[in-house]
Amino acid sequence: MDAILFLLFATLAVGCGINLVVQTHPISSALSLVGVMGSLAVLYLLLGAEFMAAAQMIVYAGAIMVLFVFVIMLLNAGAETRKARSKLALPLGAAGLFALLAILIFSVQALLPRTDPVRFGAFTGGTAKAIGQKLFTEYLLPFEVTSVLILIAILGAVVLARKEI
Amino acid sequence: MPSAVPLSWYLILSAILFCLGIAGFIFRRNIITVFMSIELMLNAVNLSFIAFSYQLRQVDGHIFSFFVMVVAAAEAAVGLAIILTVFKNRATLAIDDVSSMNN
Amino acid sequence: MQHLWLIPLFPFLGFLINGLFGRKWPNSLVGAVAVGSVVASFAWVVKVLLGVGELEHAYVERYFTWIQSGGVNIGVDLAVDRLTAVMLLVVTGIGSLIHIYATGYMSHEGGFYRFFSYLNLFMFFMLTLVLGANYLLLFVGWEGVGLCSYLLIGFYTLKKSAGDAAKKAFIVNRIGDFGFSLAMFLIMVNFGSLDFGTVMAKVAPLPVEQTMGILTIIALLLFVGATGKSAQVPLYVWLPDAMEGPTPVSALIHAATMVTAGVYMTARSATIFTHAPMAMEVVAVVGVITAVMAATIGMTQFDLKKVFAYSTVSQLGYMFIACGVGAFSAGIYHVVTHAFFKALLFLGAGSVIHALEGEQDMRHMGGLRKKIPITFAVLCCAWVAIAGIPGTSGYFSKDAILLAAHHHHPWMYWVGVITAGMTAFYVSRSMFMTFWGEYRGHHHPHESPAIMWVPLAILAALSLAGGKLFDVPHYLEPLFPMAHEEHDMTLVAIASSAGFIGIGLAYFMYVLSPGIPKSIAATLGPIYKLVYNKYFVDEVYDATVVSPMVAGSRSVLWRVVDAGVIDGIVNGTGTVARGIGSVLRTLQSGQIRSYAAWVTAGSVIVLVALSFLAGGAQ
Repeated sequence: MDAILFLLFATLAVGCGINLVVQTHPISSALSLVGVMGSLAVLYLLLGAEFMAAAQMIVYAGAIMVLFVFVIMLLNAGAETRKARSKLALPLGAAGLFALLAILIFSVQALLPRTDPVRFGAFTGGTAKAIGQKLFTEYLLPFEVTSVLILIAILGAVVLARKEI
Repeated sequence: MPSAVPLSWYLILSAILFCLGIAGFIFRRNIITVFMSIELMLNAVNLSFIAFSYQLRQVDGHIFSFFVMVVAAAEAAVGLAIILTVFKNRATLAIDDVSSMNN
Repeated sequence: MQHLWLIPLFPFLGFLINGLFGRKWPNSLVGAVAVGSVVASFAWVVKVLLGVGELEHAYVERYFTWIQSGGVNIGVDLAVDRLTAVMLLVVTGIGSLIHIYATGYMSHEGGFYRFFSYLNLFMFFMLTLVLGANYLLLFVGWEGVGLCSYLLIGFYTLKKSAGDAAKKAFIVNRIGDFGFSLAMFLIMVNFGSLDFGTVMAKVAPLPVEQTMGILTIIALLLFVGATGKSAQVPLYVWLPDAMEGPTPVSALIHAATMVTAGVYMTARSATIFTHAPMAMEVVAVVGVITAVMAATIGMTQFDLKKVFAYSTVSQLGYMFIACGVGAFSAGIYHVVTHAFFKALLFLGAGSVIHALEGEQDMRHMGGLRKKIPITFAVLCCAWVAIAGIPGTSGYFSKDAILLAAHHHHPWMYWVGVITAGMTAFYVSRSMFMTFWGEYRGHHHPHESPAIMWVPLAILAALSLAGGKLFDVPHYLEPLFPMAHEEHDMTLVAIASSAGFIGIGLAYFMYVLSPGIPKSIAATLGPIYKLVYNKYFVDEVYDATVVSPMVAGSRSVLWRVVDAGVIDGIVNGTGTVARGIGSVLRTLQSGQIRSYAAWVTAGSVIVLVALSFLAGGAQ
């Protein structure tokens, strides 16, 4: 069951990822990204990260992506206009990326130690309670600092939106 | 078919998504799409964190990806504000046209 | 705690306030700040001296460690002993009077605030110099007063001669400071400390060096420093030129305080000097040569301030005779009395110059006795004091020196007596030329305001009574025991009569038969010319040191080293960087996606390298 779920949602994630890259209209890309995030949320659940799966859906796929879609709609962004570019760039870049991917897969396969297969339920430390305890004890300072970061981001967004660049 | 997959598959999936993110970043011209590619890369890294967290049976990896998520939210807020301003002033979203460095 | 640090702090605050804000302020406010800060410092000195009691031993305040490196440990420590107490009173007391005088003297000059901020800075460094409890802190003050001297000599920035004189003073002092630095290094190496107390305690038990030893070398190097600061042969040449500065500066820095720093330093290092008789002999002989040489030059000069400048050099020679023959207390005694009457002479000269709107040449003066009576009266007090008329301050200190010299070597006494006669002669000559006879100038002399003559009157009183009032040698006895108490009245009488003879001769030559000086000058011809031109020392230095140095700098250092080597290296670096840049700039396309591609390529390379490393490790 684990394997089926993994394969299903991994395929979905990769498919949506490819779609994100190849679609020329940003709204299609945005919807593809929502698909990727949803699939990843299921995979998080499989890995025992139930709180992160929920956060992924609510914060990422929910809040952040809505913001993206909102901006795309607001700007009425159309499809990308093609420009005559170097014909060499695409094959060269693609080759380089495949090389990177190959190396990454190689290092994952060859260098990491062999481990047991992932089983759902083997790790149950990802509950909201466990994360809450960690966050408010060991990671209290970074957590509080992120609140400052977000405050600065809000202020920055407000200032930028008013200013002429 | 085995009933479970090894951890390395998760990592390979993470690598594939990361490379797709890079591809989007390099090949797309629309700023918003480029921005979404960055989000894709961040998601790929989050998956790695959570996979390793599972393997080590520690919740710290979750905390890390939680923070990544927070930063991504902040980044989205500021980034989209910048995109809005740029679009207001230049009336374009093509990333090559808004560059003011290549003169 | 007596808070010794407040003593130098007051003038420093004055310097900061005037230097930062004085530009916009009225002169009266600037003057009030400057005078106030020095008077406050004087008051604090008095309070401290009342507070520390008898001062049988040095009172030290340690504030913090300044330099700590290996075995070197130098603190910012201030100390007061009886020697410092004398110097403190002289520096702040005379300094206050001269500051008051200067507010009147400088009232018509531009750069009023600049003048007083420099003058306050000078007071700060001078007080650091005398308060410092180790050689390095003394050296800080030593260099600081040199800096202020430079700034104040060159105060009239539009006059080229002033700028040249300032540079000359600075450079000549560098030579002396070089010797001083070497002496400090040797002290550090040999005694492991620069603290006066520690060093002297380590030197005291050592045997007296009859031949050339390390103490002799240290003493001689210290004396090299003293010759620079205190204008002794062969480094005295800067002091006469230093008269380019405003007259209060000449009085304060180049007569009363800074130039006596060398004497103070020598007295401070008395233990080292007394262990090195050879060095003492050198000090005494240099003092004698300086005293005679400067006195002879002083007899022929026509510039009022130049006469007094050479007189200062000559009197400083006296002080070094005293140090050289081991009578340090007599030397300091003369520092004090000389500060009284020489400051008075300079300030009086300043009053004359002020009255004549800048005229300094005595050939254009004369007959001023009636026109500026107060100035005349106070200058008479200085005159009798420097001539050593019995009862005046100069009489006591000069006699103390001459008696000590006689005890050491009779010939030094006789040369000293002759010099005393010459001293009386040239001061009388300048007095007669200035105040007697007919007025030869074309200005309208006017008496100076009260703010100028009141300090003069105080100094006049001190010049007359200061010797009897302050028995410095007795006060300094715990530090410098008086070895011999012989008070040979014959020797004293001879010395005093030399003064009278000098005055009488001058009266005869310049009042009774004014034609004589010219005929003497004509008779002596070449010798007169030699002395009048200051023995051509400046010309000799110019030909032997300055010109070769300038020529060498121009042809070798500039054309070859600077233009060829240094510029070559600099330009070469630029050319190479530009070449590399022109290649690399093609990467800098401004396209964000090309940057991203480069980042990716870089991370691929790093990953490959890491994989190989990890693969090799397995």
